[in-house]
Amino acid sequence: MSDVLLFYLLGAVAVVASLLVIGQRNPIYSVLLLIASFGALSGLYVMLDAPFAAVIQIIVYAGAIMVLFLFVVMLLNAPHEDTEFDERVHPLMRPGPMRFGAALAVALIVELVWALTKRGGESGQFPGGAVSSVGAIGRSLFTQYAFPFEVTSILILVAMVGAVVLARREGQER
Amino acid sequence: MTPLLVAQIGLILVIFHALVLAAAGMVWVERRLAAALQQRLGPTRVGWQGLLQPFADVIKLMFKEELRPRAADAFLFALAPVISASCAFAAFAVVPFGGDTTLFGLIPEGLRLQVADVNVAILVVFAIASMSVYGIVLAGWSSNSKYSLLGGLRSSAQMISYELSYGMALASVLLVGNSLSLTDIVNRQAGAWLGVLPRWYIFLQPLGFLIYLTAGVAETNRAPFDFPEAEQELVAGYHTEYSSMSFAMFFLAEYVNMVTVSAVATDLFLGGWHGPLLPESLGWIWFLLKVGALLFFYVWMRWTLPRYRYDQLMRFGWKVLLPLSVVNLLVTAAGVLYFGM
Repeated sequence: MSDVLLFYLLGAVAVVASLLVIGQRNPIYSVLLLIASFGALSGLYVMLDAPFAAVIQIIVYAGAIMVLFLFVVMLLNAPHEDTEFDERVHPLMRPGPMRFGAALAVALIVELVWALTKRGGESGQFPGGAVSSVGAIGRSLFTQYAFPFEVTSILILVAMVGAVVLARREGQER
Repeated sequence: MTPLLVAQIGLILVIFHALVLAAAGMVWVERRLAAALQQRLGPTRVGWQGLLQPFADVIKLMFKEELRPRAADAFLFALAPVISASCAFAAFAVVPFGGDTTLFGLIPEGLRLQVADVNVAILVVFAIASMSVYGIVLAGWSSNSKYSLLGGLRSSAQMISYELSYGMALASVLLVGNSLSLTDIVNRQAGAWLGVLPRWYIFLQPLGFLIYLTAGVAETNRAPFDFPEAEQELVAGYHTEYSSMSFAMFFLAEYVNMVTVSAVATDLFLGGWHGPLLPESLGWIWFLLKVGALLFFYVWMRWTLPRYRYDQLMRFGWKVLLPLSVVNLLVTAAGVLYFGM
């Protein structure tokens, strides 16, 4: 019983916080609400008997990536979004990116409604044991999924090298 | 309510208040030690040897006016010290500080001296350490003052840089301990090699211990890495605009963080509650002694070493500490693989 209650509580926090992320004018609050949403997600992982995934979620997303987001938002001193113009104009007349975003949102809603109303989906316990032990995760990561794992690391390396090249000013050899 | 449950709730209350008292005690220790190192006396008037000085300070802080700059972001300004203080306390929830005890036979099953025995305790400590940066960053941003903002930015850069080395040092210990649970790691350090040398991981991981300690000092923003609040440059850094109890919460968080880092270091490297002479049930006395020694080292260092320059700090973190910790991790992994520990 308390499990169900906790699930709905954490789920509600995750959904409401995510909705508020896009409803904020102030980007700092958006970042903080996204962190709250990640926190609720990690609570859901704990309920799924996956404490390792829960803690990694906090360390990687809430602890590292969002700090960088906050850093960037603070350094650029991003102003409050100016929405006066957008609110005067009819939704269909707004600039192109907004219409594109609206189309994507409609597609997402249709998909969600379709997925949730579909009958005969899986429910209850998953077959096979949960991969909760760190050893099991590590073993499958370095054997079965070794190739995607290594390719991801190269992808990140490429992004890092690209950032260094872009950030380096010409004629400032040290 | 079973006796065990009552004992566990009691344990939570005891730990919470012990941490608050430890912070108060550390303020007194720090001031007296600083005075001794500088050939002064320090506070001696309030209570015996000035022991009640921290309490007088708290009362003074409570009666001060709670100020907030007009341009500050009211909600975040109030939230930041709460984040700092609660992160400081939360990390201690997974730190074990003693073996099982039955409280002199009061409870049938043994009570483990640890709030929550999580099997990924090391990662929880690391996760909470990485969350505590938000308190400082938000304090700096929401104050809407240049000194605060600079302090906040410096601290986020510093904590991100040193967190990597901190994590690498933790990883090399968990390779040797072959577990993510702090209780398991402490229990593997029981006994002695050749009957003389205690089986502590500081002897297997001397470099790891130094890296952990250095990164730990940087994580807690203590001298010689106290850039977020460098007085000579930034007035008081991220808490320039704070007064009264919200300032006290930052102050409390700093001292509780020191205690937590020392306690985790004791569990990881110094054998936790294992030690000679005392029986297993009184092991927490050993634990307190070891934590006390590390805290003494903290204070000693603060009043001995001058603050680095900011570029020196960054260069040291990225070009010395991080490569060292990576090498340490690789060597440890090779050693574990070769000797099959």
